[in-house]
Amino acid sequence: MSGRELFMAAPAPHAHAGADVGRTMRRVQLALLPATLFGFWVFGWPAVNLFVITVAAALLTEAWCQRLRGCESRLWDGSALLTGWLLALSLPPWAPGWIGALGGVIAIALGKQVYGGLGQNLFNPAMVARVALLVSFPVAMTHWVAPLPLGSAGAPGFVEGLRITLGSMPVPDAVTSASLLGHVKTELSRGVDLAQALDAAGGTLSAWHGVRAGSLGETGALLLLLGGLYLLARGVIRWHIPVGVFAGLALPAVVAHALDPAHSLSATTHLASGAVVLGAFFIATDYVTSPNTASGQLLYGLGIGLLTWIIRSWGGYPEGIAFAVLLFNALTPVIDRYCRPRIMGRTRRGAPIRATQGSAE
Amino acid sequence: MGILDRFLRAAHFSGGVHPDDHKRPAADAPLRVMPPPARVYVPLVQHIGSPARAVVAVGDLVKKGQRIGEPQGAVSAAIHAPTSGRVVAIGDIVAPHPSGLPVRGITIASDGRDEWCELEGCDDPFALDPAEIGRRVAQAGVVGLGGAAFPSAVKLSGGLGARVELLIINASECEPFLSCDDRLMRDRAAEAVDGIAIMLHATGAREARIGIEDNKPEAIAAMRVAVAGQSRIRVEVIPTRYPMGSEKHLILVLTGREVPAEGRPSDIGVVVHNVGTAMAVRNAVRFGRPLVSRLVTVNGACVRQPGNVEVPIGTLAGEVLAFCGGLRADHGGPARLLLGGPMTGMQVPTLEVPVIKGTGGILVLDAAEVGEGEGGPCIRCGDCMRACPVGLLPLEIAARVRAGEVEKAAGFGLVDCIACGCCAYVCPSRIPLVQFFHHAKGELAARARGTQRNETIRTLTRAKAERLERDERDKAEALARRTAASLAAATEAAAAVEKAAARTNEESGACA
Repeated sequence: MSGRELFMAAPAPHAHAGADVGRTMRRVQLALLPATLFGFWVFGWPAVNLFVITVAAALLTEAWCQRLRGCESRLWDGSALLTGWLLALSLPPWAPGWIGALGGVIAIALGKQVYGGLGQNLFNPAMVARVALLVSFPVAMTHWVAPLPLGSAGAPGFVEGLRITLGSMPVPDAVTSASLLGHVKTELSRGVDLAQALDAAGGTLSAWHGVRAGSLGETGALLLLLGGLYLLARGVIRWHIPVGVFAGLALPAVVAHALDPAHSLSATTHLASGAVVLGAFFIATDYVTSPNTASGQLLYGLGIGLLTWIIRSWGGYPEGIAFAVLLFNALTPVIDRYCRPRIMGRTRRGAPIRATQGSAE
Repeated sequence: MGILDRFLRAAHFSGGVHPDDHKRPAADAPLRVMPPPARVYVPLVQHIGSPARAVVAVGDLVKKGQRIGEPQGAVSAAIHAPTSGRVVAIGDIVAPHPSGLPVRGITIASDGRDEWCELEGCDDPFALDPAEIGRRVAQAGVVGLGGAAFPSAVKLSGGLGARVELLIINASECEPFLSCDDRLMRDRAAEAVDGIAIMLHATGAREARIGIEDNKPEAIAAMRVAVAGQSRIRVEVIPTRYPMGSEKHLILVLTGREVPAEGRPSDIGVVVHNVGTAMAVRNAVRFGRPLVSRLVTVNGACVRQPGNVEVPIGTLAGEVLAFCGGLRADHGGPARLLLGGPMTGMQVPTLEVPVIKGTGGILVLDAAEVGEGEGGPCIRCGDCMRACPVGLLPLEIAARVRAGEVEKAAGFGLVDCIACGCCAYVCPSRIPLVQFFHHAKGELAARARGTQRNETIRTLTRAKAERLERDERDKAEALARRTAASLAAATEAAAAVEKAAARTNEESGACA
């Protein structure tokens, strides 16, 4: 038992809680799984193909960039998979495959690796890619389809789905639909009353059950909520950002709807449509690009919610959560600068507290 | 204490972690007393402060408890022979430190008799003057046994120059794996409380509170019985949370008050001593027995018979482990050998290091207990921030340190870091945050020293320049004075010559 070679020098602590990055990523993926499978079912084979292409593009780009940078491969920590996954969920489900492939490359190469890889990026990589695609290819990125669940009449089979994804078969006009937010924006800009516009849509657009037009993974709001609650229960995320986003969106919506119901959507419609639930639980909560402290996170969430409502109400795009997230990603360092915890024995400003002799009670 | 009360107390400090405490079964094993080994290796510095000076020579016969090291300076501690025998060497022994570098110490070969020297006890310590108690505690070389090893007498007898109202006894023992304080309270509660009463008398505090974490019900029960007759000593059950035993956190939980940053507990009238120290104080004052042994927890999956052992100071860790049945080879074998607990203890490179006054544990952990795993980059998850019991942002500090910006790191409160290790314990990327902070603190200290040195050099240079200038001026003045004087003399001489010449001319003229 000479021991000398047994004990390599290591700093304290000599114990660990057991958390690792891979476990966190796996939990987020598990939380996304129900809504993703639901998206596959609602939008059929083209959605499955798009998902596979996007995720594969993200993984290949990650591997390629890590090779170029000459760093150790960390492909299997799950972060690139998650980025590709989130991007795919935010795309129109029948978008051509090249959109997904290009998005995957942009997300990983421009959104993450150019900054120095995991943990270094200022902006959410999936949202960088989504916004880049949206402004570059507005037609492909706003081409929504009506839900055609797998196995239902008119749903494309595997081969047809592949042809749609690869662009060799045009999407039939009959399938094309509008998302609720897009429809409302168009109708309001034509001067049509909100009540009429919603009547015309027949109420199916805003259904909470999620069988509606929209991005691949955003429609299953209840399943996303379930996943979000799982993440909260597991301690992967804290409540501050999601609650901030919901409150930041719902509060102005309640006021505006009360003042002008003919032109302002109700808070429930706002919360149930678009990508709010996906964004609040899975995108805005990205560790790397969101503030550290509870107060900072609440502020950040409120800002995203409010900005989303502003963009939806007056902006040029029907949905604004991706823009709102990116803008607040940019503000994260500033928020972090001002929202810091108080250090024990010091005032908030950092001066030592005054010593008070006296009763020890 | 009610549940609400407990909850409110827990609410006093944010952060902290709940590691698996691994205290049992070692804590439940009966206390064993280890006989003195053939040789003891006693370092001359086992405490915070200046090293002691050896006062014996090679070849001297010493009795157990005889003083072999004299304290030097205001903060230092005396060193005593842990057993009787002959001094065989005074020189380098392996330091109980990760570096494994040598430290000056005295090696004694035991004569096997373990004979005490003559001791000066006291039947009624409460009749003694507090200053006298402080003197006796200092004589006995008592240091804080919680791990920091600060000379106790300095804190005990008003050496800090502040009035103490409350004495807090730290019996929280929040480090996982360690149970020596637990065992002490279970087996020797009455003696510990006697020691606390003596400390109360010495400090002049109004009352004493003993903080014990609620994962030690047997110790709580034993101490409650022991304090039954004492109106000024109270047992307080506190939640189990690491780092409850940090001085400032324990004070916060027990009193609801914060110690000012950069300050000391005495600033708010509090002094904190470890429960083991209370025992050592009792032995020193009542029996005149110096600190020559201590309770050590021997624990970890690789130890055959884990438990608590009373060990003579200077016994090698390897011999203590052998006394506990040696190491097991299963569990994949030992992964780390530690002195102290896993959160703040240090890894030592060899079993040939001596137990010193501050050694509360000898742990041999396997890979599973250490929780080894792969590291990675920071993903800014913020777990370190939520775990930090001080309210720091470890991720932000580490990012600055990594970039070499230690001044900016200091701006994030680096000096307030207590190096408890909570941040690194929870970090999913296993970033060695505590090491980063130690490095940055060292760098800042080095820079401060550098600044001080430059300042001194500047002052000296300026003084030298002034002195040279003054010398120069003095020289010039002296020269000027001399020149003026000689000029005057020369003028005078010239005038005299002229006068003489004139006279001569006159005379010669007269002759002509």
